[in-house]
Amino acid sequence: MSSIIEVRDLSKTYASGTPALAGVTLDIREGEILALLGPNGAGKTTFISILCGLVTPTGGQVTVGGHDILRGYRAARRMIGLVPQEIALEYFETVMNTVRFSRGLFGEAPDDAYIERVLRSLALWDKRDAKLRELSGGMKRRVLIAKALSHGPRILFLDEPTAGVDVNLRREMWDVVRALKAEGVTIILTTHYLEEAEEMADRVGIIDRGRLLLLRDKTDLMHEFGQKILTVELAEPMTALPPALDGLGLTLAPDGLSASYRYDSNADRSGIARLLGSFAAEGVAVRDVATAQSSLEDVFLRLVRDLA
Amino acid sequence: MNGRAILTIFNFEMARFWRTPWESLAAPVVSTVLYFVVFGAAIGTRIQSVEDVSYGAFIVPGLIILTVLQQSLANASNAIFMRKFVGTIHEILAAPISFIEVVAGFVGAAALKSVVIAVVIYLTALFFVDLPLAHPVLALILLILTSFGFALWGFLMGIWAKDWQQLQFIPMMVVTPLVFLGGAFYSTAMLPPFWESVAKLNPVLYLVSGFRWTFFGLADVPVAASVLALALFLGLGFVAVWAIFRTGWRLRP
Repeated sequence: MSSIIEVRDLSKTYASGTPALAGVTLDIREGEILALLGPNGAGKTTFISILCGLVTPTGGQVTVGGHDILRGYRAARRMIGLVPQEIALEYFETVMNTVRFSRGLFGEAPDDAYIERVLRSLALWDKRDAKLRELSGGMKRRVLIAKALSHGPRILFLDEPTAGVDVNLRREMWDVVRALKAEGVTIILTTHYLEEAEEMADRVGIIDRGRLLLLRDKTDLMHEFGQKILTVELAEPMTALPPALDGLGLTLAPDGLSASYRYDSNADRSGIARLLGSFAAEGVAVRDVATAQSSLEDVFLRLVRDLA
Repeated sequence: MNGRAILTIFNFEMARFWRTPWESLAAPVVSTVLYFVVFGAAIGTRIQSVEDVSYGAFIVPGLIILTVLQQSLANASNAIFMRKFVGTIHEILAAPISFIEVVAGFVGAAALKSVVIAVVIYLTALFFVDLPLAHPVLALILLILTSFGFALWGFLMGIWAKDWQQLQFIPMMVVTPLVFLGGAFYSTAMLPPFWESVAKLNPVLYLVSGFRWTFFGLADVPVAASVLALALFLGLGFVAVWAIFRTGWRLRP
């Protein structure tokens, strides 16, 4: 898959001296959904804001569809739609007019038929003549998406699309995003809900303190998260595993009182039965058995702590 | 050039103006009528004429410039400040448009509103006084350039202002005094020599004087000086806006 956005060594230090991004390099593939995860203040919004032209970078280079975001800003921005984190709308405008306005800003000829398709896909068509202040919070968020899509962008940035949104609406957002992906739109979303990244993304990037700590295919990441650990507590401490138990993937704890075994809970055969059978066959007394799953949250926290 | 974007911003701003015709047009007209009552009828009867022009007529160009200044500043500064305040400025900043296009849309609309109001004030004045208009085409050109110039400075104010107090500060503390002391209601020839020299340091005097010249053919300062002042005023405003978009000051951190 070819890259639609190439980010090289991107950095940003605000005038106050706050470093927000410190040398981020990544390629975003055409047609993928990339989720950027990170705690508040990690630099996610700064990253998106630079790519969309809201913030000027202090260093590095970004190209969108081959166009430099500074020198070729017109061509670059035409490809991009931005759904900002905060709901900011002209409250006395109608839905239809505000979407037309956004389209006009991007220099596209008026096309009400296209806008109708966008509004219908977001279940806003019935509200087209309603004033924005009359809409519910969820509808306002969808209006922001409609505005971002008004010029038919190939790339859509969603900055915390489901922050402070109830479960139903979150599911609704996910459906919208999936439908857009099906149309070939490249989607970059920031979130601090791991569940959201798990549900939506093709790839997951983790940002903390302005650095990209990790960028991985979600399936690989899920494989890692899908691992469980079986801990076998031994009745008698051991100094070394008996030969029959060696080679099964067991790790003896330093104190010799327990042995742990990693396995993939999604796999057909976990190997647990064979393992416990071997313990019995060797006559090793087992006091207790426990299993634990490494959650996305654990891995996330570990990464943020270890790599920072 | 993204002409559609200019037109989109321009139409959006003008729509607001036409949507509230009463607030947009009636308010300036009412205040003009009040000036006529106070300055024209009450005081004007005691001042026979200024250099052969009846006092009532004499104050009209100054009144128009006063209103144009206030309206241009207010309209342009509100338009951009509100977007900053509400947050919809992000849409403008993320769009494929240059600063010239943004300025053309916002400032152009603010200037046109002022021109419309000026014409309405002129028509209103015709009900009260005999008003010659010696150079109508020049009057219109000066009016348009003055409106645009002040709208440009209003736009700058809107970007500069961090809160509502700051937004009100310059019009109240700087512009209104400059206009009142800029010969809107009197000829500087009526001042003692010292104050006449001081008055000539006031840039607004040059705008009022030049505009008044297009009506009556008389001016406090040479017409060329008025044109130069206007050009400087426009040029400085334009360079300032250009610099702001270049550096992103208070717009694009």
